[in-house]
Amino acid sequence: MDRNQSHRQVATMKQSLFDQGYLDHEQFNQLEELQDDANPNFVEEVVTLYYRDSARLVHSIEQALEKSPIDFNKLDSYMHQFRGSSSSIGAKKVKAECSLFREYCRAGNGEGR
Amino acid sequence: MNPSNGRGVVSSVSSRVSRKSSETVPDQFPVGLRVMVVDDDPTCLMILEKMLRTCKYEVKRCSRAEEALSILRGNSNGYDVVISDVHMPDMDGFKLLEQVGLEMDLPVIMMSADDSKSVVMKGVTHGACDYLIKPVRIEALKNIWQHVIRKRKNEWKEVEQQSGSADDGQPKQSEDGDYSSSVNEGSWRNSKRRKDDDEDGEDRDDTSTLKKPRVVWSVELHQQFVGAVNQLGIDKAVPKKILELMNVPGLTRENVASHLQKYRLYLRRLSGVSQHQNNLGSPFMNPQDPGYGPLSNLNGIDLQTLAATGQLPAQSLANLQAAGLGRAAIAPKSRIPIPVVDQRNLFSFENPKLTFGDTQQQPQHLNNGGKQINLLHGIPTNMEPKQLVNLHHQGNSIPAVQSVQSVHNGSYQPQSRVQQPMGNYNPVSHTSPMINFPLSSSAELRSNIYALPNNPAKGGFPEDVTSEMKGSTPGFVPSYDIFNELNHQQKVHDWELQNVGLTFNATQQANNSIDVVGTSIVGSPHQAFPSSSQGSGLSRNASVVHANNNNNAISMGQHHMSNNNFYHENNPVRVKLETPLFPEQFGQDDLMSALLKQQQGGIVPAENDFDFDGYSIDNIPV
Repeated sequence: MDRNQSHRQVATMKQSLFDQGYLDHEQFNQLEELQDDANPNFVEEVVTLYYRDSARLVHSIEQALEKSPIDFNKLDSYMHQFRGSSSSIGAKKVKAECSLFREYCRAGNGEGR
Repeated sequence: MNPSNGRGVVSSVSSRVSRKSSETVPDQFPVGLRVMVVDDDPTCLMILEKMLRTCKYEVKRCSRAEEALSILRGNSNGYDVVISDVHMPDMDGFKLLEQVGLEMDLPVIMMSADDSKSVVMKGVTHGACDYLIKPVRIEALKNIWQHVIRKRKNEWKEVEQQSGSADDGQPKQSEDGDYSSSVNEGSWRNSKRRKDDDEDGEDRDDTSTLKKPRVVWSVELHQQFVGAVNQLGIDKAVPKKILELMNVPGLTRENVASHLQKYRLYLRRLSGVSQHQNNLGSPFMNPQDPGYGPLSNLNGIDLQTLAATGQLPAQSLANLQAAGLGRAAIAPKSRIPIPVVDQRNLFSFENPKLTFGDTQQQPQHLNNGGKQINLLHGIPTNMEPKQLVNLHHQGNSIPAVQSVQSVHNGSYQPQSRVQQPMGNYNPVSHTSPMINFPLSSSAELRSNIYALPNNPAKGGFPEDVTSEMKGSTPGFVPSYDIFNELNHQQKVHDWELQNVGLTFNATQQANNSIDVVGTSIVGSPHQAFPSSSQGSGLSRNASVVHANNNNNAISMGQHHMSNNNFYHENNPVRVKLETPLFPEQFGQDDLMSALLKQQQGGIVPAENDFDFDGYSIDNIPV
């Protein structure tokens, strides 16, 4: 019962994430499909890895932003990396933000919006 | 080709696979395909690995390109296909692609979140089999086996063509297009081919395209290859002849053919790149023929790239050779920037940064590009002093020299002269792990030119050189002093590096004056001398030699002494020969002229103020 409940909760949450555009439906499904008996926690592992990696990236980005003048090239490359991993996970919104960020970088827009 | 058609192929593949995996289920292919994945993003790497495993492939993942390369090198037949990310911190994905293609001849698939046309096009020009856009879907990965099959099939086709020509009795214009050139050989070859083909055919039937043993193009092998190509001349280099020249047992014509293809592509690309960069504007750089076209072009380009990377693409080497004998601007990455005369042209002084300034960058770029062209590895020290002299003496303006002068870029065509055995290179090449495509050529060039310096036997040479030089080399600045200093300085181990640096710096600084060169040598001994320890020996010598060359014969005597000392101290003679010319990347023009002068004994065109005075030849204590 509890299990079913939590399953349902997870499903609901997932659906809402899909709907809100945070998560990419197709990509995430792919990840889930990769999970099998041999790797029962695959999705969890991947997402954890992603969090860890992206935390590091975000930190570097923050540091780069604090410098002045801002090194847009470096930022751009960080963003490229971040965007790549986000898209692999299916983190749609993050990916979109990264793209936007990169646009600003290319324009030399330090303020960003 | 294979009489068994697809089915046969597949079955052979599967049979091979099954052999590998000790399964006997036919048509299991592409199960067990061995894939190497390279990506700096751990998330992507994990996902990819999982996806590939789901496709039942064997996966090895690396987060760094260097690591991947060393694994691939260590296990030459261990992998069937490589998947690599484009943007990586330690090495550009395209460089890795080139390296793998040249050394291991594996199909490489690029991938990136970047789907802009330019990047995809870059993948194509660098020879990628495919380009995947991230996020990569498993469906895309399921079909990568097709690239492996396709590659094998193409290789088989080469063989087929070869044997086909034999069968048909008419030289088949295979990609090498060399059949026509030697009918007799062709017949011989054909029969040989036929034999090979029969054997291959058997193998083929058994193992299909997948089974074809892959030839690992080690650095030495590649150098040999480049040497042979240079010897023949890029335009005339046909696999058959190259194979004969190389004389490597077990190497088949199709191996050479496919390698030649890649090499040509590489050179083409370099020349295309260099052209833009170099802008040498020198007449040498004729409209860059995509192919080997103007050697000078190549030289220029290569030089630059080489200069940068220290490796001269074979083509450039050839050009260099042609251009200025010895200038062999091919500066092995580590060794000596090929500032030499040829380099002048090649690198187009215009882009000093390319040659010298960017030595670091360029070499990396070039080298990293996976084309570690250690063209110059060892600066062809094969140059016999006599040869050099001859070169110089030739028409008083060695053709190369003249070309140098006129072309300014030294589109030397001294090919004839330079056709030095790559002997020297080989040793050098060993040192450089990279593929020395260009090196071979440059090496030869260098050697030719350098050979002269190597002759400690001043007696004959210096005279010739000096006399000639004196007369004709107006600008022969007695940089000798500098060299002497250098010599002294060179005693430092860093000479090699110095030399490299010198060359590079020289170019920048040396604006066509030997003095500059000299100074550059002296001054920047530590520069960008990417040369490795191995190269160091060479570079030092090279630089010393160069110095000598630049300095005019005067110092020759002195140089010899110093050089001798120097050489003895540092590097094996070998080194000297090879490097002498390269490190002097000083102003390419200058170097060229200097070299020329030296060699020619003044024939060196005054273009560059290099007053080689050909002393270097003598001085080069081999």
